[in-house]
Amino acid sequence: MIAGMFLVTFIPRVLPLVLLGNKELPEKVVLWLSFIPAAVLSALLAPSILLQNGSLYLSLENTSLVAFFPTLLVAYKTKNIFYTVSGGLIIYLLTSVLF
Amino acid sequence: MSQSKEQLVNKKNIIKKINDSNFKNGIKDAVPIVIGYLPIGMAYGMLAVNKGLSPLQTTAMSIFVFAGSAQLVSIEMISAGAAVAAIIAMTFLVNLRHLLLSASLSLHLRDLPLYYYPFLGFLVTDESFAVGMSKIHDQEKKNRYFFGLGLTAYFGWVSSSAVGAFLTEFINFGSGGALDFVLPAMFIVLLVMQISSRSEIIVAVFSAGLSILFSLTINGSWNIILATVMAAFLGVYISGDN
Repeated sequence: MIAGMFLVTFIPRVLPLVLLGNKELPEKVVLWLSFIPAAVLSALLAPSILLQNGSLYLSLENTSLVAFFPTLLVAYKTKNIFYTVSGGLIIYLLTSVLF
Repeated sequence: MSQSKEQLVNKKNIIKKINDSNFKNGIKDAVPIVIGYLPIGMAYGMLAVNKGLSPLQTTAMSIFVFAGSAQLVSIEMISAGAAVAAIIAMTFLVNLRHLLLSASLSLHLRDLPLYYYPFLGFLVTDESFAVGMSKIHDQEKKNRYFFGLGLTAYFGWVSSSAVGAFLTEFINFGSGGALDFVLPAMFIVLLVMQISSRSEIIVAVFSAGLSILFSLTINGSWNIILATVMAAFLGVYISGDN
């Protein structure tokens, strides 16, 4: 089972690098690929702060959601991973105490 | 004689690689990833052992599969008595998004000897990709940088899941608490660093909305890949207009 899981994880990770790494890509494809990072980060982030147990969790008790906004501000001001992650942790702790 | 010379050269090359500043930068940039992996890896390790895998099997899965969400899903499925084929199919679906990540990363990891790609590709995760894409522009040897980054994250993942798996009997971990927010916080700042145009903001907002919509309506982690593909198309469409 682990071998099977290894293969189906490994192949999608490697194949595009092998196939595309040594080729000229059409401009449209490059443009499309350039939007992938922002799109995938957003697609990963949104459920992690807006959903709980598979349903929307819009409440002041949703600590992650409340902490999102000040953390976004820190991220925007510093553009620094370390400051944002440590700041985010402090904001999260404060939020969970306040709400 | 010539063999020992060869060995010397090899040794020098290895030392050069270790001292390589791009490789080191990669290691340094992986620190937040490793901190984020700690609670998740340990949670995975504990869960897996609680659901009946041995600590060794649990760690082996991290070593060979190296995909957090797929591993957690597979543990749930194992405990529900799912068929091996179903577990493998699910793993495939959950990790299909790496196809997009790897394709996007290929813009930066170009024209390398073919044997590099399996190693670099194996290290592609949401996190290594996200950090990599925001920092790789400034690196001279992009492959070394990504290798340092991915390898460090990999060791972080394997060791934290091993710690969780082997310590389960001794320590009862509660919920991760604030540590649960490490990865979201990292995604927030990476997203902010990634965005440099109005169309990227639109793409991000659209992708977030779609991801929520799909995860509420479609089972099985399809939301990430569907939202990403559609939002990237929207990005191409709106840049075409300008």
